[in-house]
Amino acid sequence: MEIEQIEILEFLKRHPPFQELPAEQLKQVALSIDIGYFKAGSEILRFNEPLHALHLIRSGAVETYRRNGDLYNRMSEGGFFGEQGLLRGAKVRFPATALEDTLIYFIPDETFQQLFDENEFFADYVQVGDSERRKTSKAGSQARADLLGATVSTLLSREPVTIGSDASVWQAAQLMTEQHVSSLLILDTEQHLAGIITDKDIRSRLVAPGLKSEIPVTDIMSANPVTIEQQQYIFEAMMLMLRHNLHHLPVLKRQQAVGVIAISDIIRFESQSSLYVVSRIFRQQTVDELQALVPDVHACFVRMVNEDANSQMIGSAMAAIGRSFKQRLLELAEAELGPPPVPYCFLALGSMARDEQLVLTDQDNALILDNRFDPKLHDDYFKQLANFVSDGLAACGYTYCTGKIMATNPQWRQPLQVWQQYFQNWISQPSAERLLHSSIFFDLDGVWGQIQWAEQLQQLVSNLAQKHPLFLASMTRNALSRTPPLGFFKDFVMEQDGKQNNILNIKRRGTAPFVDLIRIHALAIGSTESNSFSRLQQIIAAELLPKGRGEDLRDAFEVIAMTRIRHQAAALSNGEEPDNNVLPEQLSEFERKHLKEAFQVLSNAQKFLKFHFKA
Amino acid sequence: MLYLGPDKTDNTKQNNTSADWQQFYQQQAAIVKHPLLQQFYSKGMIAASTPISRVPLVAIDFETTGLSAADNGIVSIGLVPFNLQRIFSSHARQWLLKPRFALTDNSVTVHRITHSEVSNAPDLSTVLPDLLPLLAGKVAVVHYRQIERNFLAASVKVRLGESILFPVIDTLELEARLHRARPLSWWDKLCRRQQVSIRLDASRSRYQLPPYRPHHAVTDAIASAELLQAQLSHRYSPDTPVSELWC
Repeated sequence: MEIEQIEILEFLKRHPPFQELPAEQLKQVALSIDIGYFKAGSEILRFNEPLHALHLIRSGAVETYRRNGDLYNRMSEGGFFGEQGLLRGAKVRFPATALEDTLIYFIPDETFQQLFDENEFFADYVQVGDSERRKTSKAGSQARADLLGATVSTLLSREPVTIGSDASVWQAAQLMTEQHVSSLLILDTEQHLAGIITDKDIRSRLVAPGLKSEIPVTDIMSANPVTIEQQQYIFEAMMLMLRHNLHHLPVLKRQQAVGVIAISDIIRFESQSSLYVVSRIFRQQTVDELQALVPDVHACFVRMVNEDANSQMIGSAMAAIGRSFKQRLLELAEAELGPPPVPYCFLALGSMARDEQLVLTDQDNALILDNRFDPKLHDDYFKQLANFVSDGLAACGYTYCTGKIMATNPQWRQPLQVWQQYFQNWISQPSAERLLHSSIFFDLDGVWGQIQWAEQLQQLVSNLAQKHPLFLASMTRNALSRTPPLGFFKDFVMEQDGKQNNILNIKRRGTAPFVDLIRIHALAIGSTESNSFSRLQQIIAAELLPKGRGEDLRDAFEVIAMTRIRHQAAALSNGEEPDNNVLPEQLSEFERKHLKEAFQVLSNAQKFLKFHFKA
Repeated sequence: MLYLGPDKTDNTKQNNTSADWQQFYQQQAAIVKHPLLQQFYSKGMIAASTPISRVPLVAIDFETTGLSAADNGIVSIGLVPFNLQRIFSSHARQWLLKPRFALTDNSVTVHRITHSEVSNAPDLSTVLPDLLPLLAGKVAVVHYRQIERNFLAASVKVRLGESILFPVIDTLELEARLHRARPLSWWDKLCRRQQVSIRLDASRSRYQLPPYRPHHAVTDAIASAELLQAQLSHRYSPDTPVSELWC
């Protein structure tokens, strides 16, 4: 009679990736399995021995090692090992020892290879060290929302309405009325995009100042407008519009205008989009009204997570919202305090400057003042301005910075020349405190006022840092003080030395050391980017890292960042206060496996960093 | 399976460790008449001094209509070949049989094998040509030897006119050696100390083996094979002669 391996089958049904296999295939797998018992402490696999089976832990616990004897992984029931060996020459790559009395199910090589070839999910789950899989793992499923997966071209429903640059505003307005459009593209004599005008431009730049409609359209158009390529993603269009506070975005195909997308085209996708939140921020008249928007911000965050947005989309959307709060608060402050006595630039620092903001964040900010700044005459104004913004931000959920990195601190409310001196000193004579400042202030972004000053400071850092190897070495030593854990074992966090912890601080042990590491490489190549992904792109282009390593870093960073984001979204959905403390039991086997690999990439990158900058 | 206390009616030829099964097989091969049994014994048996690491083993489990072989029959047989390193569950076999005696409602509950399943099943006689070659030349492993050995002997006798006998390693007996070396003293009883259970599941759990749903012949056979691997790796050297283990 046909035999049934009931116990083996039931076990497979409880554990990924086997539980995802079709019933008939799973039955065949169960019938192909052999079994072996290993007493605690006994050797299961020896390096370089021929390997004939995937080893699945039925009960007990197993440790695998690197060739140099370092612990590689510790696994319990449902864990498996030997897959790398089977995929690469059928020899043992990581020796294994039973940590507890252990029962192993042996899945023969032939069955394993067949599953690997025929079942994509299985292959994805099992294949270790392949960056392709870390990529697929970050979403775990197809991007559901069109907003996140679709390209700009899908939003284009009609040819763009255009007019030559010799036309008058009157002709332009007539054409817009005829064609029922709220914006018009202006083309130069070579049919290239020269500018854009909107209904609002005609109202505010022609009618309000009392100009005549016979003037050339080029007089009131926005010249050299921000544009997007038609094959870019809709979320990228959204980010551009958020970043520049635009309502119309011309779309190009090989430098030719092929259409315009309006903010309404995107908001139609989802009413809780970050664009919608941003537009509401600018309509609020008081701090109390701004504070009332906080639930919308959280809803927007959770929604993006549920729609499988990636960390870059979420980080930049949240940063755009944070930036808008600051800008609106500064508008309200100036309305209350009057115009500033000397020009200034309000700076965002840290995660907001990097476009990597989440919902749980404190306010890191500073003020650059004009060099004519005289404390006796002007500081009272700027102190009040800083307090207004800082208190307003705190009301809107951006808690005060415990390290006092805020414009309310006189040390961080200084003229441009003082800032330049600060930066020079930090780089040329690094000390512990100065290094800490470097890691905070070198991720900077001008959000209001004379934002070109922020760019000047960025340029200064980029020029100086790469010429100071001692500074880079000190930054490296600092960055290496925070290491990732090895992985997970049962419901514990496994440390490199075999110790076990109950909680993983995903920021301190994951995203923060990653950001530090990327920043140092970026400083070394003179990058002026702030976003970690943009920095990585430049680092890859500069060929600073061994081939493929940069891409691995990008994917691993994404895995860790998304774990943190999902953790915070889950807290918000449950009505809890979001934090960075991930409990291993909250992670699925799938997440643990990918996190472990991502930690491995980070750990290797830290070793490379240490070697490279001679820390 | 129940442990019925020290065995009083063991009909094996002897019950000590000096059994020379090799010699017994040679004798039987010359005596028996039925070709199936001739084949079985002529396959031979390893020497008593063979180290356990080199012994071909086969775990077997019978599900029966009751405990006594005299008036009960076999409902199903599970079997799995193995050795000290590996349990070849991919080569496991199982048969459902029509017993000579009626299936009681009680045994239906225990084995979850129904009357209709059994009424369509073959008689043991049609299975023996498959079963005996899988046992030939190997040392059988069971948990509580009275069931498998006695039931097979009785059933074969009825079908082939001659009985069958083979060496067995009894995982229950190996546990009893450790935990029933002496009876409970008056002091133990005073302290209400309980006898350590040597039932299959309880024994397995002492070696951190997972619990399995019992009374499924192949699963029970695998469970015994795993238990023997665990017992051997914890308490015996791979060089232990098989004579110290079989009976």
